[in-house]
Amino acid sequence: MAYKIKASDCTACGACEAECPNNAISFKKGAYAINADLCTECKGQFSSPQCASVCPADCCVPA
Amino acid sequence: MANVISLDSILGVGELKAPAEAPPAAAAGCASSSCGSSDGPADMSPEVWEKVKNHPCYSEEAHHYFARMHVAVAPACNIQCNYCNRKYDCSNESRPGVVSEKLTPDQALRKILAVAKEIPQLSVIGIAGPGDSLAAGGRNTFKTFEMLAKKAPDLKLCLSTNGLALPDHVDTIANYNIDHVTITINMVDPEVGQHIYPWIFHDHKRWTGLDAAKILHERQMLGLEMLTSRGILVKVNSVMIPGINDEHLMDVNKAVKSRGAFLHNIMPLISDPAHGTHFGLTGQRGPTAQELKVLQDQCEGGAKLMRHCRQCRADAVGLLGEDRGSEFTIDRIEAMGEVEYDQEAARTYREHVEGERSGRHAAKAAAQADVVETVGTEVQPILIAVATKGGERINEHFGHAKEFQIYEVGPKGAKFVGHRRVDQYCEGGSGDEDALGSVLSAINDCTAVFVAKIGGCPSQNLKDAGIEPVDRFAFEYIEESALTYFKDYAERLGQGAINAREGQDAVIRTGAFTALRA
Repeated sequence: MAYKIKASDCTACGACEAECPNNAISFKKGAYAINADLCTECKGQFSSPQCASVCPADCCVPA
Repeated sequence: MANVISLDSILGVGELKAPAEAPPAAAAGCASSSCGSSDGPADMSPEVWEKVKNHPCYSEEAHHYFARMHVAVAPACNIQCNYCNRKYDCSNESRPGVVSEKLTPDQALRKILAVAKEIPQLSVIGIAGPGDSLAAGGRNTFKTFEMLAKKAPDLKLCLSTNGLALPDHVDTIANYNIDHVTITINMVDPEVGQHIYPWIFHDHKRWTGLDAAKILHERQMLGLEMLTSRGILVKVNSVMIPGINDEHLMDVNKAVKSRGAFLHNIMPLISDPAHGTHFGLTGQRGPTAQELKVLQDQCEGGAKLMRHCRQCRADAVGLLGEDRGSEFTIDRIEAMGEVEYDQEAARTYREHVEGERSGRHAAKAAAQADVVETVGTEVQPILIAVATKGGERINEHFGHAKEFQIYEVGPKGAKFVGHRRVDQYCEGGSGDEDALGSVLSAINDCTAVFVAKIGGCPSQNLKDAGIEPVDRFAFEYIEESALTYFKDYAERLGQGAINAREGQDAVIRTGAFTALRA
């Protein structure tokens, strides 16, 4: 399982990229995106997915 | 030297002259503690004055002479505030948290060098978002300052934060010689805070309600104490939200003063449904001009108050009250190619201001002593609106003013107490009646308006509204003119020729507007 970023709601602030413990988030073509191969949903790492917890636009959601 | 000659428009008269002689030490300018300036060299230690004298946000006096620039390198934030909507991003909007272009640290450096070349008044580079400068590890913020310190070491660095991540970064801030930090503190009681902050992100977790407000409060107080104990000057910003934290801000003022804050800036809530903020959508109103002034006056005696804040955008450029950001877009800066940093123009300008200032303090003190002698101390102070382009002079046409500076003048002297943003009355050569209405409501609590020039029609409308238009002090200094006017006013009042203007309030202009240069 992995998370994804709803590009239409993303403000491109980059808060998620800084919090991701797996370096799964990067900035591509004007928007942030999650690499599903690297995303763990933070299971075993934190109590909640870090990107979704910090996102001001609530646009990090289960893929 | 074209950029130096353009200073004439700021100074209003004459040409830029080098000071005639070496200026005396700044502290000697005003020996009296009652000199009327709210933050002159007499009110603080020489070391602190040296730090703030050229910083337009930390010194009211400096804001007449020096320009600041915010670079928008920090879009990420770690809390949500009910007065902020991070999705909203509009170039016609002037308020904190809003920018037109986000910059990388490299782009920010190029922009700073380009602006410094064009605007020798530039003395301060700040990072204020558009999110929080210390969120996301503060990486872009510190990268920018690191490069800047090498390229342009004479520019002052400052940053602004909500304080949540602050305790983690105090050592880095000290290492980078950032000696001005602004913390936004809207409460010192989590019961109040829970109505302002729906959530925070801290220690890898999203916190809500009282827990969120309690953590934020503790981190803010800790960060403030850590900074002041290292001798870093801290300004505290508070948003005044009527019915939520308005009276509580007196407690905030005491709490931050006791922890060593240098300056407290109480700002009116900017709230409009069109902004899509929680407060905008729930119809939470901002304060009126008099509500704000009364609260600020009640806090006098505590932490020193800042009253000249323009609540500028996180990408603002220029003197406070103007925004030249649109002249320095990424595209235009890329087109400039390599820009070398040249300190010469800035140094010449700073020397000129030093010379100008040393004479100013003595002149203000003399004018005030004259008022006390002739008027006595019985007459109530009045408010005067001033059209100015800077340099402490009355040098703007009524119709071209994008804001009016408000001075309170009375037997205790003339003091800057605020400013009012307005729509320009005169655009493209003819006056606009709707805009005149907005000007009248913005300065409705004033007895007079000082201008360099004014047309016959708006002049009559002002008189009809009970506000006296005054152009006889055109291009003179504001404070001396205000005191001269007050002497005359007191005499007319004594003769029964006029009545005092009391019990009036004014509207604080918010909503879509950018103070673009005409």
